[in-house]
Amino acid sequence: MIFLGSLFVRRETFKTYYKLVMEESIQIGVKSVFLFALVSTFIGAVTTVQTAYNLVSPLIPKFVISQVVREMTLLELAPTIMALIYAGKIGSSISGGLGTMRITEQIDALEVMGINSSSYLVLPKIVASMMMFPLLVIVSGVCALMGGYLVGSVTGIISPTDYITGIRYSFNEYNIFFALQKALVFAFLISSISAFKGYFTKGGALEVGIASTEAVTTSVIAVLLADYFLAQLLL
Amino acid sequence: MIEIENIHKSFGSSVVIDGITGTFEKGKTNLIIGSSGTGKSVLLKCIVGLIHPDQGMVYYDGRNFTEADKEMKSEIRREIGMLFQGGALFDSKNVEENVMFPLEILTNMSPGEKIDRANFCLKRVGLENVNKKMPSEISGGMKKRVGIARAIVNNPNYLFCDEPNSGLDPQTSILIDELIQEITQEFDITTIVVTHDMNSVMGIGEKIMFLYKGHKLWEGSKDVITESGVKEFDDFVFANKVMSSLRKKE
Repeated sequence: MIFLGSLFVRRETFKTYYKLVMEESIQIGVKSVFLFALVSTFIGAVTTVQTAYNLVSPLIPKFVISQVVREMTLLELAPTIMALIYAGKIGSSISGGLGTMRITEQIDALEVMGINSSSYLVLPKIVASMMMFPLLVIVSGVCALMGGYLVGSVTGIISPTDYITGIRYSFNEYNIFFALQKALVFAFLISSISAFKGYFTKGGALEVGIASTEAVTTSVIAVLLADYFLAQLLL
Repeated sequence: MIEIENIHKSFGSSVVIDGITGTFEKGKTNLIIGSSGTGKSVLLKCIVGLIHPDQGMVYYDGRNFTEADKEMKSEIRREIGMLFQGGALFDSKNVEENVMFPLEILTNMSPGEKIDRANFCLKRVGLENVNKKMPSEISGGMKKRVGIARAIVNNPNYLFCDEPNSGLDPQTSILIDELIQEITQEFDITTIVVTHDMNSVMGIGEKIMFLYKGHKLWEGSKDVITESGVKEFDDFVFANKVMSSLRKKE
C-alpha cells in the first residue's frame, strides 16, 4: 500500500505520463494480441470438441455445445485463463525489466535527477495494463468463439446455424460486464505485484530471475483468489 | 560548494560511515578515495540522497539537503548530474535519447533545442555519429562518456562520479579523468569523484579525502600525498607499484 501511495506523489507532467502510457500500451497490449488470439482460438476449438464429446444424449440439442462454450469463455476462459498467461508474459516482463533497471542503477539515475522513479516507471505500467487487458479479454473472447465456430463447422460436430443459435440463446449481457470487471481487477493485481517485485529487487542477475519467478507465482495466486471472491461477490 | 557534517550510516550492526565531516570545493575535482569496502560509495549516496544518513547533515551551497522537504530536495537534485559506475544508461533509449532525457523531463525546451544541446554535450565528451546507437552497441568507455554527457546536459551545479574508471583500459581512464577535470573547470561546478585508482588520484586529485573503515583519516591534495604521515594512507598509496617505485627512488 505504501508502494502504491508513492506512485501519486511528486508526479511528472500529464504529457509525460500520456507518452509513457501509450508506449506501455503498445508493449503490453498490441504486442500481446497475437499470442492471446492464438491461445484463445485453440481453447475455443478444444472446448467445442470436448463439450461435444461429453454431450452424447440425443435429447440434448446441438446448440447447447456453443452455449456451454460461450458461458465458459465469458465467465472463466477469457478473463481468468488469459490472466494467467498475462501474468507469465507481461508480469515477468515488468518484474524483469524493473529488476534489471534496479541492479544497473538506472532507477538510482532517475532518483538523482529528482524524478519519482516509482511513479515514473510503475504508474504508466499499471494504467496501461488496466486499459489493455480488458481489451485483450474482449479479443480473447471473440477468438475463442470463432475458434469453436470454425472447428465445429469444419469437423461437422455442430452446424454453423446451431452454433450461432447456441451463442445467442438466453444470453445474459451481465456476463460480459462481469468478465470485464474481473479483467480490470486481474490487470491491476498482476501489474502492481510484478512491479513491486521488480522495483525492490536487490542483488544481481540471479535475483532478477528470482524476482520474475516470484512475480508470476504471486500474481497467479492473487488472480485465483480474486477470481473466487469476485465470483462470490458478483454472481 | 558541498559541506557534509558528522555523517553516520550503519547497515544493521555494521557501521559503514562513522562521523565524517568535510567540504568539497567549487571548481575543483574533489576525490573520495580508499580501499574497497571503506564506505566511499555509501558516503557518495548519502550526499546525493540515495541513502538517508542515520545522523549528520549535507549542505549544498548552504542549503540543508538532509532536512529539506520533498520539493526542495527535488529542486536541488535537478542541479545534480551523476555518472554511475556502469553508466546506468537507459537500455530502451538510444544514445541521443539518453542524453536528452533530463531535458525532456526537467525543461520546456523545444525538440530542436534539446537535440542541439544533446549534440553539443556528446561532442564535448568526444562522441559523434553514435546518436542512434543503443547502449548495448557501444563500448564501456563510450557508455561512460555518454553517462558524462547526460550528467552535464542540464548544466548541473554539482557533478558526482562513482568509480568513473572501473572496467576501463588505462588510456581511456586517463581520457575520462581529464574530461571530468576539464568539465569541472569549464563550467565551474563542484565535482566529487569516488575512486580507488591511484592514476586518477595523481592525475586529477585537487582535493582528496581518504576513508578508512568508515572514518576520514586524511585530507589534502595530490601534491602532498607522500607527506601524510598516516600509515593506513601510505599503505593504500604505495600499494601501487608505480608509486612504490617512486618512493624507492626518493
